[in-house]
Amino acid sequence: MTDYEAVIGIETHVELMTDSKMFCGCPVIFGEPPNTTTCPVCLGLPGAMPVPNAKAMEGILKIGTALDCEVAEISYFHRKNYFYPDLPKNYQISQYDVPICHDGSIAIDVDGAPTMIGITRVHMEEDTGKSIHMGGGGRIHDAEYSLLDFNRSGVPLVEIVTEPDIRSADQARAYGAELQRIVRTLGVSDARLEEGSMRFDANISIRPVGQEELGIRAEVKNVNSLRSLQRAVAFEIERQIAHVEAGGTVVQETRHWNEESGKTTSMRSKEESEDYRYFQEPDLVPIEVSAQWRDAIVAGLPELPAAQRARYEALGVDNRVAGVLTSTEGIGELFEEAMEAGGDARLIGNWLSGEVVAWTRNENKAVAEAHLEAAHLVELAGLVADSTLSASAAKQVLGGVLAGEGTPTEVAEARDLVQISDSSVIEAEVDAVLAAQPDAVASIAGGDMKPIGFLVGQVMRATGGKADPKQVSDMIRAKTTS
Amino acid sequence: MSDPADLTISEAGAAMRAGALTSVDLTEAVLQRARVTESELHAFLTLDQAGAKSAAEAADASLAAGDDAGPLHGIPIALKDNMCTKGIETTAASQILSGWVPPYNATVVDRLAAAGAVVVGKTNLDEFAMGSSTENSAYGTTRNPWDTDTVPGGSSGGSAAAVAAGSAMGGFGSDTGGSIRQPAALCGVVGLKPTYGLVSRYGLIAFASSLDQIGPFARSVDDAVVLLEAIAGFDIHDATSIRGEVPNFRGSLNEGVAGLKIGIVTELSTTGIDPEVKAAVSRTVDRLSDAGADVVDVSLPSCEYGLSAYYLIAPAECSANLARFDGVRFGHRAEGLTTEDMMAATRAEGFGPEVIRRILLGTYALSAGYYDAFYGQAQRVRTLIRRQFSAAYEDVDILVSPTSPTTAFPIGDRTADPIAMYYADVCTIPVNLTGDPGISVPVGLDSKGLPIGFQLMAPALGEERLLQVAKVVEDQAVFTDRAALATSEVAS
Ligand SMILES: [Zn+2]
Repeated sequence: MTDYEAVIGIETHVELMTDSKMFCGCPVIFGEPPNTTTCPVCLGLPGAMPVPNAKAMEGILKIGTALDCEVAEISYFHRKNYFYPDLPKNYQISQYDVPICHDGSIAIDVDGAPTMIGITRVHMEEDTGKSIHMGGGGRIHDAEYSLLDFNRSGVPLVEIVTEPDIRSADQARAYGAELQRIVRTLGVSDARLEEGSMRFDANISIRPVGQEELGIRAEVKNVNSLRSLQRAVAFEIERQIAHVEAGGTVVQETRHWNEESGKTTSMRSKEESEDYRYFQEPDLVPIEVSAQWRDAIVAGLPELPAAQRARYEALGVDNRVAGVLTSTEGIGELFEEAMEAGGDARLIGNWLSGEVVAWTRNENKAVAEAHLEAAHLVELAGLVADSTLSASAAKQVLGGVLAGEGTPTEVAEARDLVQISDSSVIEAEVDAVLAAQPDAVASIAGGDMKPIGFLVGQVMRATGGKADPKQVSDMIRAKTTS
Repeated sequence: MSDPADLTISEAGAAMRAGALTSVDLTEAVLQRARVTESELHAFLTLDQAGAKSAAEAADASLAAGDDAGPLHGIPIALKDNMCTKGIETTAASQILSGWVPPYNATVVDRLAAAGAVVVGKTNLDEFAMGSSTENSAYGTTRNPWDTDTVPGGSSGGSAAAVAAGSAMGGFGSDTGGSIRQPAALCGVVGLKPTYGLVSRYGLIAFASSLDQIGPFARSVDDAVVLLEAIAGFDIHDATSIRGEVPNFRGSLNEGVAGLKIGIVTELSTTGIDPEVKAAVSRTVDRLSDAGADVVDVSLPSCEYGLSAYYLIAPAECSANLARFDGVRFGHRAEGLTTEDMMAATRAEGFGPEVIRRILLGTYALSAGYYDAFYGQAQRVRTLIRRQFSAAYEDVDILVSPTSPTTAFPIGDRTADPIAMYYADVCTIPVNLTGDPGISVPVGLDSKGLPIGFQLMAPALGEERLLQVAKVVEDQAVFTDRAALATSEVAS
């Protein structure tokens, strides 16, 4: 049987959250009634002309430089010609042979295996409107009628294209996650996959391991979360391998990811591949990026997720936790604040990436909605350090703080979780447990240490979790093995 | 006093400020001229009599209140119907825009309003400005006021005819390959294509964006200056418009031509030029020489490829510019079972044959596998022409040629032969490709009594020098004849 290797490239579209659209003054706001944030320019009315938004150009330059790209001193806008009802001019202003940024890279890390993913190009274009197909099957070809909303038309869109450097579904997800983190860190987009402000298209092919030549690729669309990116890529790799193993050949086509069925299905074959008849946009002048502008962008870049993770790891936070801290809204800020106040990095990092993230999921709330302050985390870590709270009690206290029950000290007292510091009280509980478990005691005396854990658990239960498990364990060991 | 409709803009302005004429009277005279001539001329697609009257009343009121907006205050003018006018139907003479009323004004329209001008109406053109005779209008042909059996030229034939006939004191057109200068020549008026980017294109329904430029029609060079001043200057809505101060156009207007060097472009002045036109051009050149200019022959061999390059670049751009006319959001919509069917049927019904021809040509020129041989090659020719022109301007101040190879030709004469029609633009196309300014000034009549135009060209932003020499050409030619329709017993 042949071993196959997957070759994956990802095209990502990111909507920039500028105040106004790419080529007109209409506001970029979502959720407005249809066709209310439009004007002659973004409706493509006869005579209207585009004027580039400097803020959008700044946004793409930030993305390009954060991805370590070369910035073209002069680049051009082109018209990409195709007819579609939600494309008002029936051409999209985009970039073609000379994109504004090119030849960059992103470092990703899957299970401790760092990989560089090459970035071919980062270019600027305008978004289209939205078609809403009514009746029938809900697709353009079988709908009874279609409605058009041009609010999104002309929103600045950045397209980021990778080299075919990705080899697995896990890497695809890691790439998507890292790109999302970078874009959010730059503050140029909220990069929400569910809402479409960040969208992935994955080009996937397979080839026998060792083969240089690339296989025929399928483009998978409609991937609306990082998880579905991973699932869609994994499915498509398996599908292609199974297809080839069964004697078939992969065809160049566009495939639609279906979240419910967990499958990709063919949308259209690229046999009749479209000719976009690109030519330089005569309504716009070339984009010139001066050395000063580029330097100012570089100087103004915030600390990027990779650098931030490295810094956290140097503080003693493990790799996985550092990843969560740099990618979850609101979490990184709390961590930074707690560090400034001198908190324990490992403990606080674990709480934030564990209990706090779990709380946001269970409660379906943002971190900002929790009654949690950085000072609470520092205080809680202090209570663990001075043995006032056991590690497990600390987690319970954290739960109380998140629920708004007060400061860690208040919660610990109210819930009666402060560790018993009087060793005679603990000793009494230990003696009671040993007396009740003669079999376990006998086993230990016979050299089988396994029941110690069980006995510690019994004592912890008896003390309501308030004993120091280490102290209990030492005490049991001393009493049973002497 | 003669009919106010026949005054120049400066004469009318002086009369108004002297209290001898009101904008209402002037506008009424112009509208009366239109009412009488339109049945024969068909210069206008929309004559906005009510709008013009109220604008004239407002102009009189503000002038009386001491609020003088300048030389165009209260002057009735006409706009080519490819400039968007808020609240007034704008069709580009196409069926596909029938009934379309823009929700916004072209920048030029706003600037004219600010200058106090009174818009009398929207003038006829070749559909989407594609043509050289105004015969390609979906709403009927405009006729030449000098001889109504002949064409007025095009594509801005309506504005040229209106200004020549007196149904507007001044007019505006757009010039992509000669669409102002050629009809100006055929109608015996002054027509100016400014430097590309000097006048905002925002709100001009695009034909070929890298070539289109709005400019004035006038009955004198002085009037052309006034009309240009009202519309020139940077516009935030047009990314290709030129930043910075608007140059002074009249600084050297009356300084003559002594010491200037003028080059006759050989390639535009010999082959295929009607002998009577040739003779008129040579008389004009002699007079310039007599007036003190140093006249030389200049060879610009790349001009021979201008027409071919133009008929690839302009259609290529138009194929994209006209893609938005699909029946989805505005204008005509045909029936269709699917969206694609609807779009295809709308375009097949809505566009005339010449527009379809150019869209097909342009689509082909941009197609994969053909781009380099056609569009790419045309762009290289364009660069070559630019280089040759700028090299020529190292040596001469102004280049000259005939505006049109012939005078007005009979209606229907060239409609069956697109190539013969395209040839009408051979002399005017080069400066669209270079982006430089050009002007046509009437210099005489041929033996049939039809006007002959003389073209002057200058380097980019060289309007001041261009107008200075044009003024000398005008003065020397003493072209006082008026179009037959303007002088018939129409005023009564
Ligand atoms: Zn808009």
